[in-house]
Amino acid sequence: MGVYETQGFKMDNSGKRVVVDTISRIEGHLRVEVKLDKDNVNRKAVSTGTRRRGLEVILKGRDPRDAWAFTERICGVCTGTHALTSVRAVEDALSIKIPENANTIRNLMQLNLYVHDHLVHFYHLHALDWVDIVSALKADPKKTSELAQSISNWPLSSPGYFRDLQNRLKKFVESGQLGPFSNAYWGNPAYKLPPEANLMATAHYLEALDFQKEIVKVHTIFGGKNPHPNWLVGGVPCAINVHDTGAVGAINMERLNLVKSIVDRSKEFVEQVYIPDLLAIASFYKGWLHGGGLSSQALLSYGDMPERANDYSPGNLLLPRGAIIGGKLDKIHEVDLKDPEQIQEFVNHSWYKYADESKGLHPFDGVTEPNYKPEGPNFKGTRTRIEQLDESAKYSWIKAPRWRGNAMEVGCLSRMVLGYLQPKQFPFIKETIDGVLKKLDVPVTALFSTLGRTAARGIETLYCADLQVKQLDKLIANIKAGDSSTANVEKWEPSTWPKEAKGAGFTEAPRGALGHWIKIKDTKIDNYQCVVPTTWNGSPRDHKGQIGAYEASLMNTPLAKADEPLEILRTLHSFDPCLACSTHVMSPDGQEMTSVKIR
Amino acid sequence: MSTLMEDPCCDVLVLGIGNLLWADEGFGVRCVEKLAAEWQVPPSVTVMDGGTQGLYLLPYVQGAKRLIVFDAIDYGLPPGTMKRVEGDEVPRFMGAKKMSLHQTGFQEVIAAADLTGQLPEALLLIGVQPEELEDYGGSLRPVVKARLDDAVAMAVAQLRDWGHAVEPRAAKVGAGDTALTMDAYEAGRPSAEAASRIGDDRFLAA
Repeated sequence: MGVYETQGFKMDNSGKRVVVDTISRIEGHLRVEVKLDKDNVNRKAVSTGTRRRGLEVILKGRDPRDAWAFTERICGVCTGTHALTSVRAVEDALSIKIPENANTIRNLMQLNLYVHDHLVHFYHLHALDWVDIVSALKADPKKTSELAQSISNWPLSSPGYFRDLQNRLKKFVESGQLGPFSNAYWGNPAYKLPPEANLMATAHYLEALDFQKEIVKVHTIFGGKNPHPNWLVGGVPCAINVHDTGAVGAINMERLNLVKSIVDRSKEFVEQVYIPDLLAIASFYKGWLHGGGLSSQALLSYGDMPERANDYSPGNLLLPRGAIIGGKLDKIHEVDLKDPEQIQEFVNHSWYKYADESKGLHPFDGVTEPNYKPEGPNFKGTRTRIEQLDESAKYSWIKAPRWRGNAMEVGCLSRMVLGYLQPKQFPFIKETIDGVLKKLDVPVTALFSTLGRTAARGIETLYCADLQVKQLDKLIANIKAGDSSTANVEKWEPSTWPKEAKGAGFTEAPRGALGHWIKIKDTKIDNYQCVVPTTWNGSPRDHKGQIGAYEASLMNTPLAKADEPLEILRTLHSFDPCLACSTHVMSPDGQEMTSVKIR
Repeated sequence: MSTLMEDPCCDVLVLGIGNLLWADEGFGVRCVEKLAAEWQVPPSVTVMDGGTQGLYLLPYVQGAKRLIVFDAIDYGLPPGTMKRVEGDEVPRFMGAKKMSLHQTGFQEVIAAADLTGQLPEALLLIGVQPEELEDYGGSLRPVVKARLDDAVAMAVAQLRDWGHAVEPRAAKVGAGDTALTMDAYEAGRPSAEAASRIGDDRFLAA
């Protein structure tokens, strides 16, 4: 059994095999295989995208102004971010400038999505990797109340409150209808919280479920409708009319005041519930600093949220942009989506065909020609039923995007580290991270871990909740100063466009760097390529055999119990992948030991 | 379709769920498109394209007194077979293995609404057995498309039963994102020659 070395990781092919497979038909598929040594430590990780997509299949020949509506349907969680990236790509191609108000409203939509998405991720998609709901049943409500009051002024903290909640939970668990709490590994020794912390976190799980519905109203107000808000090439599709109550759906002071109350309450919830919970939970897990993967070596962010409209340079972005490679934190590289030498996709281990696979292709020249051929000396199974993949051959439907030849981690940790390293531009990020590190009494290197990723998401939520308030104030001030423009329709008519044009649009989706590349010919879409965050993080190996962020993050993580891959899920979830998974734990001879569905 | 809601929802929420980019997966969304285009509903009824939004739909479900859901559901029946599921049966049906194609999303929404004590007092699931799901960029297959009328009629009858005045529109009105309406979506699809549709045998094989 060979040992394979790359990027400082040693992959050992011997040992027990564990497969984490997906079930989602909606956002994509991912399958992860690891190998455990005799001490149940992960010694190899292989991540496979098991389904092909490609938006060119759908968009070729359509009207570029409609592309956002299609891209909004790609994914159930990054809806608005895909739409925004799409309109930015078209605006870039056609050199369309948008009004200040449109830029600020887009920022508010993005910030609102961040606060909502991160909150829902922490409490409803990730918390149960750290919090043992069943243990909460054993908590003492009085001690839970003392704990809650010691970390926050949040008013819902009386012993009676926690007692009632515990009773509700008991009833729920006894009914056998566990719903979102089913299929978990309750009682696993990798859970470290005392019962009282588990009960407190469970209470906030439920409060967050209730509170999240307030947050999304902002999308309805600015986007016109939910859950699929409207977008517009050239601006935003909502009119501003502060003096009038007549126009249906127009933004007036009454609506802006409603937004104001929502963003204020969001900030309060993040400050008084999310952050104290995060710190409390992290304090019990600070000895578990696995899962860093590529984060200490290679980080990428496109940046987002321009302070002033139409200026996409790094100094004008409220979310940091840049790249770190080779672990050199003192050098932040500039990122250009249109430079053919920077972002390239490789297919050496992906089920696609290039004329010359020794080279990567920039998305403008992207080719998506399927070449599905599971093979290799270690491959087992058939084309339609794969039992074991061979990662030395092609093994994934995900291409391998690389930045100047490097595998990169994208997402909240990349953004927060890039912010931390530029304290002049991002003092809030620097100060907040320092505060968190001090409170937990851990060194800055603790950031490069699963827990660090989870903490970065909380810190970013706080930052965005604060920015949301500021951006709204800015919008109101601009409107009061007499500017009510929300769209630039000068180049709306295709007759005003050049015969051929191409452009790139970028955003930071909550889960990482998102880019769309469009080529327009004779007023129609000629080529459309997306590179999504999960393509970066979930990528297979590349031309140099370098592994992707998921693969790297699972390396050397010990499992408390081989048949309960809680720690694998904890790390994969910390990336906030846009996928739903099911796990199958395989015995050494490849037989399924247990099969558990997770998301 | 739904417009601005200061306080999410309504007496009845009629929700279409699914991904219209995956052939018969789009059934639920096409049902609400048709309902909104052809029927005038009173303000007490909200008709919503829920897409694949999962937990994002929770506020609307929590706010609704009654809920009707259109969805493509794998019952293992012949393609195009309709099924009506009511009340307590709905979460069970949506939770069963491979029963609903959005179980990871929508089953959780129902469970979360229940957990927060805000489950609608009446639930009706109007499902159809899909024929084809793996055709990215494709539309409903004829056998499934032929059920749109029945599905919408079922919802209309239920709404009337609950005492809501639902009337046919004199003329169809546009609903949803124009580029995504079924006719535009189908007409604008690139040819197989222009855009390769070869996929993964494991999923292409029925």
